[in-house]
Amino acid sequence: MNRNDLEQVRTFLHEYDGPEIRLMEVCGTHTASIAKNGIPALLSPAIHLISGPGCPVCVTVTDYIDRLVSLSRTPGTAVVSFGDLLRVRGSRLSLADARADGADVRMVYAPMQMLDFAAREPDRTFVFAAVGFETTAPVYALTLEEAARRELRNVKLLTSLKTMPEVIRAVVRAGTPDGRGRIDGFLAPGHVCAVTGSNEYQELAEETGLPFVVSGFTGPQLLASIAALVKLQGRGTCLNFYPEVVTGTGNAEAKALCRKYYEPCDASWRGLGSIPRSGLRLREEYRTLDAGSSGLDGDHAARGCECAKVLTGQIMPVECPLFGRICTPQYPNGACMVSQEGSCYNWYISGRTR
Amino acid sequence: MLEERITMAHGSGGESTARLIAELFAPCFHNEYLDKMTDSSVVPGSGRLAVTTDSFVVTPVEYPGGNIGRLAVCGTVNDLLMSGAEPRYLTAGFILQEGLPVEVLRRVVSSMAETAREAGVSIVTGDTKVIEGKKGGEGTDQEPGLMINTAGIGFVPDGVVPEPDRIRAGDKILVSGTLGEHHATILARRMGLDNESLASDNAPLGEMVRALRDAGIRVHAMRDITRGGLATVLHEFAISSGRTLIIQESLVPVKQAVRDFCGILGLEPVYMGNEGKIAIVTAPEDAERAVRAIRAARYGQDAAIIGEAADTAEGRKPALICRTPVGGERVLGPLYGEGLPRIC
Repeated sequence: MNRNDLEQVRTFLHEYDGPEIRLMEVCGTHTASIAKNGIPALLSPAIHLISGPGCPVCVTVTDYIDRLVSLSRTPGTAVVSFGDLLRVRGSRLSLADARADGADVRMVYAPMQMLDFAAREPDRTFVFAAVGFETTAPVYALTLEEAARRELRNVKLLTSLKTMPEVIRAVVRAGTPDGRGRIDGFLAPGHVCAVTGSNEYQELAEETGLPFVVSGFTGPQLLASIAALVKLQGRGTCLNFYPEVVTGTGNAEAKALCRKYYEPCDASWRGLGSIPRSGLRLREEYRTLDAGSSGLDGDHAARGCECAKVLTGQIMPVECPLFGRICTPQYPNGACMVSQEGSCYNWYISGRTR
Repeated sequence: MLEERITMAHGSGGESTARLIAELFAPCFHNEYLDKMTDSSVVPGSGRLAVTTDSFVVTPVEYPGGNIGRLAVCGTVNDLLMSGAEPRYLTAGFILQEGLPVEVLRRVVSSMAETAREAGVSIVTGDTKVIEGKKGGEGTDQEPGLMINTAGIGFVPDGVVPEPDRIRAGDKILVSGTLGEHHATILARRMGLDNESLASDNAPLGEMVRALRDAGIRVHAMRDITRGGLATVLHEFAISSGRTLIIQESLVPVKQAVRDFCGILGLEPVYMGNEGKIAIVTAPEDAERAVRAIRAARYGQDAAIIGEAADTAEGRKPALICRTPVGGERVLGPLYGEGLPRIC
């Protein structure tokens, strides 16, 4: 976008005085980028940005964390995870707590790193905490593929894999027409769409009667997408504003890899409960690689924690009674304050108030 | 002749220790005080003293642009400089892991000696201990390593030591160069990425600090930007001065390689650790001269003015505010969470 266009978009968003409009981003990277670019300060008071259930760490239920903690304390087993998940508390403890207590928990930057551990320590079982959306599911599948090629038999996944379309439908259903939680349009997740393709979102748009815009991640890209959503309000259509990366049908290779390893399943989401066909699990023939992922549905968040209402746009993070008082990035209570893609975390660190 | 690897015997205090000192440490560090090899070194000097200590545990111990030895000198020397001191003496305590290749130790020690010479300090006393090696633990870095503690002594000339409570509305905020190189270099190495355009910025900053003093710049606050990054330092300046500091993100110097690396990992240069950069707040009319003085000094070629201080608005709290390139605005708090462990 050239300077002139950017200026026009900024002016439009700043001076917008139409009906109140509530737009939701359902991608944690969008949440972080909105904070990083200071975008809320550029919007008219009539435009609200709401962070949806798009941060994988935030939507993970406590049963899943508890299971990881118990695996990490099992002799001969190590839990391998990305950094963010380590500090999320289950019903009582986090993986970081367990590690401080002597459990075998290892942080990595990429799942493939686990394979080197597994090769070096053949007598130990390595379980990867496989949380994520359509973007990360193929990465775990690739890791299993590579483990098979290297003939590593001591590698498993504990999956909590989620998919977008069904949870978006659930969010739309949960909103009341003029009450809280009503959503008037969605920033469609750019990275997820790169894998799945934007056609899924065209279907969603037609079905819900709401606009979707597939957005990139830079400040100007986000501003352009938000402006487009405001202009499209009331129309069930999907525009692809990220065509350099996203196509209608997505990444065929990644999709085939996912079909090979996973099948759709019901999944439990923090704050939303179990949603039919909103997740992925390992197929029957790969079930021996699963460290016990089924039935982890219970969610017992800390008392007073309102993550559930935040994730569905019922309240703003600053409206949670714990926000900034007893729940801070240093001492997080809920998952939304732990993850760098969490909405509470991003509101807190950027001083956002609206 | 020394063995190829460090053994427990090198920490025994006996013959092996003596050989390690005689063949490795003494030739590198030699100076009139250390050469006496007495239990403690008696050194000349009097007046106001600045004293500091720091332990270095960075892993990997060698990285593009430096190693733990250079870092152990820079870290302590820069801490002394920030207190307005002229660094003079260092101590060096080594904790070596059994199995450490002696060649690695030799490289670390010679780079330490070279950096000390550059910084104009003498390493006047030292100690060596050996502990058990790693037993195939976490991460990909399986090599036995070493840790170094350095303490430093400097002399503080008469005059005012910069304290952040002297920051006034209108003062300018400067950084001495590009941000994030040390952090990005260490992280990339640990992730197993070889990025030829990344190198640590670890450097002793005496020349630029003296240049500011010689130019008569009224420095109202000065701190080296290490763990926690620029945002953490400026946030602390805001809190202790009660002012609101405003920086323009587009003016903050960052090398393209670091910018790209941060983009991929979702990191922010303003929160990344450095080992050769300082943040300075000066009187407004001195700012341009300060930039010129720093740019003319070693390691200061990318110095820039990045923002200014303002009075805190009625009903608001002092804070660090960042104006973003798209014209947005956000608050920058201190770094939360663990940061990157063992970065220095």
